[in-house]
Amino acid sequence: MKESTEKMTGARALIECLYKENVDTIFGYPGGAVLPLYDEIYKSDLNHILTRHEQSAAHAADGYARATGKTGVCVATSGPGATNLVTGIATAYMDSIPMVAITGQVPTFMIGNDAFQEANITGITLPITKHNYLVQDANDLPRVIKEAFHIASTGRKGPVLIDIPKDVTAQEIYFHYPDKVELRGYKPTYKGNLQQVKKASEYIERSKKPVIYAGGGIINSNASDELKEFAEKINAPVTTTLTGIGSFPDDHPQYIGMLGMHGTKYANYAIQESDLIIAVGARFDDRVTGKIAAFAPNADIIHIDIDPAEISKNIKVSVPIVGDAKWILKSLTKQVSTCDFGPWLQKINQWKKQYPLKYFENEDVIKPQYVIEQINEACDDAIIVTEVGQHQMWASQYFKFKEPRTFITSGGLGTMGYGFPAALGAKIGKPEKVVFDIAGDGSFQMNSQELATAVQHNIPVIIAVINNCYLGMVRQWQELFFEQRYSCTCLEESVDFVKLAEAYGALGLRAEKPDEVRPVIDKALESGRPTVIDFIVEKSENVSPMVPASAAINEILDLER
Amino acid sequence: MKHTLAVLVENKYGVLARVAGLFSRRGYNIDSLAVGITDDPDISRMSIVVHGDDYVLEQVTKQLNKLVDVIRVTDLDAKDSVERELALIKVTTDTKTRPEIMQIVDVFRARTVDVAAKSMTIEITGNEDKINAIEQLLRPFGIKEMVRTGKIAMTRGIKKS
Ligand SMILES: Cc1ncc(C[n+]2csc(CCOP(=O)(O)OP(=O)(O)O)c2C)c(N)n1
Ligand SMILES: [Mg+2]
Repeated sequence: MKESTEKMTGARALIECLYKENVDTIFGYPGGAVLPLYDEIYKSDLNHILTRHEQSAAHAADGYARATGKTGVCVATSGPGATNLVTGIATAYMDSIPMVAITGQVPTFMIGNDAFQEANITGITLPITKHNYLVQDANDLPRVIKEAFHIASTGRKGPVLIDIPKDVTAQEIYFHYPDKVELRGYKPTYKGNLQQVKKASEYIERSKKPVIYAGGGIINSNASDELKEFAEKINAPVTTTLTGIGSFPDDHPQYIGMLGMHGTKYANYAIQESDLIIAVGARFDDRVTGKIAAFAPNADIIHIDIDPAEISKNIKVSVPIVGDAKWILKSLTKQVSTCDFGPWLQKINQWKKQYPLKYFENEDVIKPQYVIEQINEACDDAIIVTEVGQHQMWASQYFKFKEPRTFITSGGLGTMGYGFPAALGAKIGKPEKVVFDIAGDGSFQMNSQELATAVQHNIPVIIAVINNCYLGMVRQWQELFFEQRYSCTCLEESVDFVKLAEAYGALGLRAEKPDEVRPVIDKALESGRPTVIDFIVEKSENVSPMVPASAAINEILDLER
Repeated sequence: MKHTLAVLVENKYGVLARVAGLFSRRGYNIDSLAVGITDDPDISRMSIVVHGDDYVLEQVTKQLNKLVDVIRVTDLDAKDSVERELALIKVTTDTKTRPEIMQIVDVFRARTVDVAAKSMTIEITGNEDKINAIEQLLRPFGIKEMVRTGKIAMTRGIKKS
């Protein structure tokens, strides 16, 4: 254990800790309680991205983490700065994204006094963080930071918040960075139980109609290659969840698309007729299962997950295997014999032909699905980030994702306003990639101020606004389930997105006819600048197919018009 | 069905809020909760009584285990563990009723810890049933105040077979 002989402030020590964790980029917003920290950021080599709202700092750190697999870092001041992070932290928590959020706090001797800009952020974030800390002595800071990064990035990943009072950042300490963490209450399981692996392979060999159901855990565990090897060895169809998209190549003959509420008909039919579901890194969310009592009625379930608490939480499981998806898939592939589910795959292929995803093309009005297809054609290896709503579902359905970490979306929390800042984070993490934010006209307005960030830091992402003049997804539900009473969902008299972009110094483009779609996409790609494209699309288009809430997932409606 | 969980936790700032918050957030009911430090001052032990079926118990246990500050969770089976609870009961008395109350105290091996002109305070230790029983018997005299610690429990020593 080497200690430095020179003293340094808590703020300086924090920067040293970030270096030790190989952090080079942080997203944040300054304020009174973090003044000493920002003074050290000024002197440091860290690349600090100044978002225009703390919510965006959290989403950008999240997008950075999802694009790179590294832990994203965001910083905010006490009180309102910290509370502004909350939605971003909750978003990361729901999708198990590694993030460290650092907040300033009023000085220790004022805590509890309702001091200026005091908020109990550790209390507020208790249910939406994997763990959090209030640092009361700067000597604890190095250990806490070490632990925070460890907890955020191991086991089931997730956000960790560190609240640091102002006097702690000013306190002088001898810096010593621990090289190990010692947490007796935190020991994630990585290696699956081999007995269970054996049992699972027996179930697979005995089954006739297996389906692999892969979730975001595959991406978090970097297990896409292992998933492919496993799937090819047993020759079973693969469906993914929304956050699992990209974990298995779209053009693979065994891929049957997303399942659930807006999944493909053939994925849902396959699940319902299956006799064995192999769930990997997925958690049987209600958007996936629909009416849970009617979900996969004939199937046994193998559930592979790193979080023991997910096992049998929503659905009873026959063979649980707790551990890392990568490790377990590897050993399962080794254990299981080669299988042939020929007749089953034939049946599914029949469904695929019979019930493809489809929409009616139109020569005069831009169909939103067409925009997605054109973006796909123009740039098939782009990173696609989305906001939340119909456009998000169309992006998931019509873009052909081939690689993990190329589809970035808020699945669990469904956060409008997530996409644009997350796209900024993704672009910073992967500068060599083209990054699109597929946005709704509603969602984009929740964080459009980040155009200033994109321009200031020259982060050339392309925001494709699927402008239907509606909070479209809510409108769709009102149309179907509330007798077309469109309560507060019409965004007519909306902003001029081209002028908005220009006001910030970004490029603004618009397409109003189908034949203008591709040219504006190409123009945006050529520009190399932060760009907003306003696609004026069919207003009344619905996402299809659709399983109504709490119906069985094979009770799936066609809604294209 | 009731279960007593022994939960070893880091003796740290905010740990009670984490545990209590988990119960309320996930909709589990706590019947009682007792906390104190163990022989290791860095570790506290919580004795939590919850009721629920096997599903609830499994979920509670797993969710508790997910908390970083929780070191170990044990479900104490009533058969193989020693359970105790302590209660203080202040009963209304006068010269006429006092002997009768003293008799009850005696039978239950409880103790009188305070006597005043119009009341006396009784300390009773035992399992839940025993405390419920004495409470029942004292109630007709008038209970002015009562406090129970909540159950604490521990597994029995290993028996030779
Ligand atoms: C922060 C937030 N508020 C409200 C909602 C509820 N909501 C879900 S989709 C949606 C409409 C989104 O509209 P838009 O961004 O225009 O997308 P569209 O559905 O029209 O493609 C709303 C309001 C949400 N998901 N997130
Ligand atoms: Mg819209």
